Amino acid sequence: MPGRHILHVRNLCKSFPGAQVLTNVSLDVQAGTIHAMMGENGAGKSTLMKILVGLQTADAGEILFNGQPWRIKNPHDALKRGVAMIHQELLPFRNLSVAENIAMGREPTRWFPGWIDRPALALEATRVLARLCSPLAPGRKMMDLSVAEMQTVEIAKALAYDASLIIMDEPTSAISQREVDALFNLIRDLKQRGVTVIYISHKMDEIFRIADAITVLRDGYHITTRPAHELDDRQLISLMVGRELAPPAPARSSCQREPALEVNRLTLPGKFHDISFTLHRGEILGLAGLMGAGRTELVSAIYGLAPAASGDIRIRGRHLTITSPAAALAAGIALVSEDRKLFGLVPQMSVQHNLTLSSLRQHWINRQREAALADSQIQTFAIKVAGRHQRVMHLSGGNQQKVVLAKALLSNPDILILDEPTRGIDIGAKTEIYALINRLANAGTAVLLVSSELPELLLLSDRLLVMRQGQLSARFNTRQTSPQEILKFAMPA
Amino acid sequence: MRLMRSSSIKSWGLAIALVLICLALSLAKPGFLTIPNLLNVMRQISINGILAVGVTYVILTGGVDLSLGSLVAVSGVVAASLAHPNQHILALPVLMGVLTGTLGGAINGLVVTRGKVAPFIATLGMMTVARGLALVLSSGRPVSNLSAEFTRLGGDLAGVPIPVIVLAAIACLSAVFLQNLRLGRYIYAVGGNEMAATASGINVAAVKMFSYGTCGALAGVAGVVLAARITTGQPNAGVGYELDAIAAVVIGGTSLSGGVGSIGGTILGALLIGVINNGLDLLNVTSYYQSIVKGVIIVGAVCLDQKQHKS
Repeated sequence: MPGRHILHVRNLCKSFPGAQVLTNVSLDVQAGTIHAMMGENGAGKSTLMKILVGLQTADAGEILFNGQPWRIKNPHDALKRGVAMIHQELLPFRNLSVAENIAMGREPTRWFPGWIDRPALALEATRVLARLCSPLAPGRKMMDLSVAEMQTVEIAKALAYDASLIIMDEPTSAISQREVDALFNLIRDLKQRGVTVIYISHKMDEIFRIADAITVLRDGYHITTRPAHELDDRQLISLMVGRELAPPAPARSSCQREPALEVNRLTLPGKFHDISFTLHRGEILGLAGLMGAGRTELVSAIYGLAPAASGDIRIRGRHLTITSPAAALAAGIALVSEDRKLFGLVPQMSVQHNLTLSSLRQHWINRQREAALADSQIQTFAIKVAGRHQRVMHLSGGNQQKVVLAKALLSNPDILILDEPTRGIDIGAKTEIYALINRLANAGTAVLLVSSELPELLLLSDRLLVMRQGQLSARFNTRQTSPQEILKFAMPA
Repeated sequence: MRLMRSSSIKSWGLAIALVLICLALSLAKPGFLTIPNLLNVMRQISINGILAVGVTYVILTGGVDLSLGSLVAVSGVVAASLAHPNQHILALPVLMGVLTGTLGGAINGLVVTRGKVAPFIATLGMMTVARGLALVLSSGRPVSNLSAEFTRLGGDLAGVPIPVIVLAAIACLSAVFLQNLRLGRYIYAVGGNEMAATASGINVAAVKMFSYGTCGALAGVAGVVLAARITTGQPNAGVGYELDAIAAVVIGGTSLSGGVGSIGGTILGALLIGVINNGLDLLNVTSYYQSIVKGVIIVGAVCLDQKQHKS
């Protein structure tokens, strides 16, 4: 039904220090439709949505909602004015009831301001849940609910606010197939009521089951918005990936190399299952997959952060049980975590102290030597700092990432695990890091590279593993595969 | 100077504030800036200073220790009950007193690391238990009749109070330790980002154990020194000492969330509290008002510190 547009986005731009995330994005969303938002990780989908609900502000550009300029301060503001977002990671008030969660922020009161009118609260919840044909009891505690039920509560909350636009960010990533069907019925029902839904997902089959229109974003640019029936799987994937790839990495002969790391039937229930592979010296082995495929959990297990339940690991042919990062470092394994804020850096400490943190061998720190080491790492990695005593929290994202890399390499690892080493950093720093990874491999370091960016994996790795839902779904020789093929094995079947 | 080296500008701000207050006091009361009075100030802060240095270790890891006052009491009682004339040589009561504190601190550390109990709760429990223990061991009565060798620890050596010498030694060793030893660096890392510390190969539990143990040991030292100074093992001694110690640490610029701070700052914080107490005494302000002034200064200092952080 070609109707009016509920949402106009015009020339929206957003950049973070060192990275342009959205560039002149313009798109329209028709009222009363289900609009899919597609793109690789980092394409700018979440940023766009965060701007829509007021979690972030755009640098430039304009948003019109129902024809009116959309100026909001925060998500609650957005909700009051009819736009709700249901996040991938739900954050309900777990100790409160379903009814209390639905009414959060606009509790009915009586007698005097601030006194909650409990009967009215329960009544309101019952009314909204009935509209959704949900059997949920308003009095149940949120913490007793399944993820799917919590989603229902979130949707009920949106309805209670009379939301006319609901954004769902990968709502099916943590629910079962039966629950997906129920959710889709709910979404279609919302559409019947004239509610517009923006639906973000990586799952092709879902998109084609439910979406009326599809928007593809790539590298912060709006690529296309088309009716769903005009597209198929292959076209959609090539729209999402379709960019000129840099020339393939210089060939390293991967035959006749000694194995550095052998992983055999590694399993951690619920995270990854039966993973076996061999990483050779001087090789870059790529590990592809979508978010939540279990890649980070796998490398965390190898590094001893969250050890696997079964299976075994051999380092240079020797069987080892690694149950702590200290043991991994002693065995010559270093990890650059995907989350540098959480695992990579001590923000209040100086650049120097961060760099040497996992390489302090003696009890008494030789401060002259430490300073010299820090200076040489700062120079080698071209880290832009005011000095080695600068606190690492004051560096830009790209420079922080370089500190994390330089720190990992200071421990002289034989095996280097890189988990999303270029996330959130600008193109210049990216190129430097690519060159560095190549140099390391040529010098004999075994590199395991986890990345959600296919071009990066194709550019750097000699061989590629693909993970899907905790299992290895494919192995490729990088020069004999294509982004489409990899994505096919990465997408949930 | 060594103490000040790595402490940031805000410690300098604190040092300047301290100098200004001293100047003002010496103008108002000529009696302030005399060697006997200054030694008196030092003697008054020595116990709090030792405790504050100890709790700095714990606060740097992001924890807290509320059991200090009670550990002081129980260590003092243990030391005193072994220190009657002609009973033991001096070393034994001192050693047992310090060991008692160390044991208390180690148990705090175990409960925090193994039991995964929040430091506030774990040490709150120890606060009550250790106080009870002090009362049990002493049957609720002060342990008196101590040997002259033992009580001399509370006296002077070449004109300088021994408690002050003890504090100076502990502060210097701790400052050097935190700045030059790997374990000291790890204490900052654990408080700054526990996850990153783990991922850097640091045994976080061991680092915390060490911090709580050291804090307890220094509480033991404070307990022994206090018992020597008041020539009794008092089961009711040390009530509220933990709060004064934490106040000194916080005034000294150490962040309660861990990872930032220095021994130099802590000593300055303890000095500031001591000087203000002394100054109010000299100005004949009653102790009721002193308490009010102290509270305002603690909050004010941290307020200023927060403002500096923002800018």
